[in-house]
Amino acid sequence: MSTLEEEVKWTAMLSIKGIHSSYGETVILRDVDIEIGKGQVVALMGRNGVGKTTLLKTVMGLIQPLSGRIIFDGEDITGWSPEKRAVHGIGYVPQGRDIFPHLTVQENLLIGLEARGVKRPSIPEGIFELFPALKKLLSRRGGDLSGGQQQQLAIARVLITEPKLLLLDEPTEGIQPSVVFEIENTIRFIKEQGNVSILLVEQFMEFALRLSDFCYVMEKGSIVFKGAVGELSKEEIQNHLTI
Amino acid sequence: MSIEIILSQVFNGLSLSSILLLIGLGLSITFGIMGVINFAHGEFLMIGAYTAYVLQKVFIGHDSGTYFLFSLPLAFLVAGGIGFVMEKSLIRFLYGRPYESILATWGLSLILQQLARNIFGANNVEVTAPEWLRGGITLMKGLQLPYNRLFIMAIAVLCVAGMYIYLYKSTGGRRMRAVMQNRDMSACMGIKTRSVDSLTFAIGCGLAGVAGSAVSLLGSIGPSTGQNYIIDAFMVVVLGGVGNLAGTIAGAIMIGIASPVFEFITTSSMGKVIVFALVIIFLQWKPSGLFALKTRTLD
Repeated sequence: MSTLEEEVKWTAMLSIKGIHSSYGETVILRDVDIEIGKGQVVALMGRNGVGKTTLLKTVMGLIQPLSGRIIFDGEDITGWSPEKRAVHGIGYVPQGRDIFPHLTVQENLLIGLEARGVKRPSIPEGIFELFPALKKLLSRRGGDLSGGQQQQLAIARVLITEPKLLLLDEPTEGIQPSVVFEIENTIRFIKEQGNVSILLVEQFMEFALRLSDFCYVMEKGSIVFKGAVGELSKEEIQNHLTI
Repeated sequence: MSIEIILSQVFNGLSLSSILLLIGLGLSITFGIMGVINFAHGEFLMIGAYTAYVLQKVFIGHDSGTYFLFSLPLAFLVAGGIGFVMEKSLIRFLYGRPYESILATWGLSLILQQLARNIFGANNVEVTAPEWLRGGITLMKGLQLPYNRLFIMAIAVLCVAGMYIYLYKSTGGRRMRAVMQNRDMSACMGIKTRSVDSLTFAIGCGLAGVAGSAVSLLGSIGPSTGQNYIIDAFMVVVLGGVGNLAGTIAGAIMIGIASPVFEFITTSSMGKVIVFALVIIFLQWKPSGLFALKTRTLD
């Protein structure tokens, strides 16, 4: 093992190295490198259709990259199935939330624990401290919840499984401002706990920069800008985001 | 037409419904969860029927009264076991490819029928119903409810109740429903979707096997027994809405009653035509069946 890899093993929770991915015929990701440290919140920004969701799906294992490697918590997970990645600690909150519409809120919450072989799992109280609204909705079907409630459920559903890395795909998209505020607080709370790394895909720059330590900007499937939040200029990012 | 005749047609219809229900359940969940149209599903019914036949041979002279009770769970295990092997070796390559799956499973159906012919001969064989299933309850003059048909209904009710409890009360059933609703997200939650698929397919085949055991009470069985039921079972699934327990039950009751009733009023083939036509007309009006899964889509 080279010294570089040993170094990576100790510092990074996730390193994406030279990923090329395609979705059908078109190449969507070109030579993408991203690094996320333990407990770090990293924002990935970019306009619609530049490949942000494809990148998250590649990290989750829903899309196999054409080339490149994904190292998660010291292990090369490039060929792993999504379920294996999930059990090893990657939690995914997709863009459409993807709540199981015909399962109740309670069932949606329990399913991740059950998939890990937990016998008679119960929902930890801490989840309802973070999302008090969910407590009253436990017996409702997931599909009957509002967009904001579904977003909270989607985040709660993965937090229950105690992931090491959280992939959030546009958590503010189509959500009313009051819920956006709650979601921001939740992400900040997770960050303060310090044991979960977050890859946050966002188009809402102010929101992303308030929460993240480091930021990447993507354009046409490549990373065109990166920098530590606090040292970078918002104008430069803005230039990449406006059409 | 007298009331007894109508009632006895409806009653016969309900026992047909019970069998269609058992077959339809398996078809519906395998299509709902894996997008595979399994034309060999009828052959799992045939496997269940031959299981009852073989068991009868083994038990002959010993205790021929209770063998049938053993044949039901055994048929479930045998058909389910063969289904499990088929899923692992063939069906899993057909996921999400309904058109290829029709051809491949049709081929499988022919192979299984030929195998049965090679093992048991081309002629139909008889399974003797045990003593306690002969006769019936006489409700009124000219209307007798045969015990064997009542027994078949009881089996169907038990199986549906079992399936309901499994799907809605057990963790395995919850995983099955999750995969049915969103396969990718289920995988992302850590569910081993491949194992869920194999298990689902095996359970579906097992239920068809139970139906096969039940069918052996109604008449002789042969290599093509499954063919007699498969088309009606497909109609049940299409009518009821795919992957839906309540829809499959409603569909089975409607098709099961409509077929013998129309066949009685008109002729055997005309009755089938009428039922087909009604189903087609119905689907023009509600393309996704009686109980289409509805959900609030995201705004």
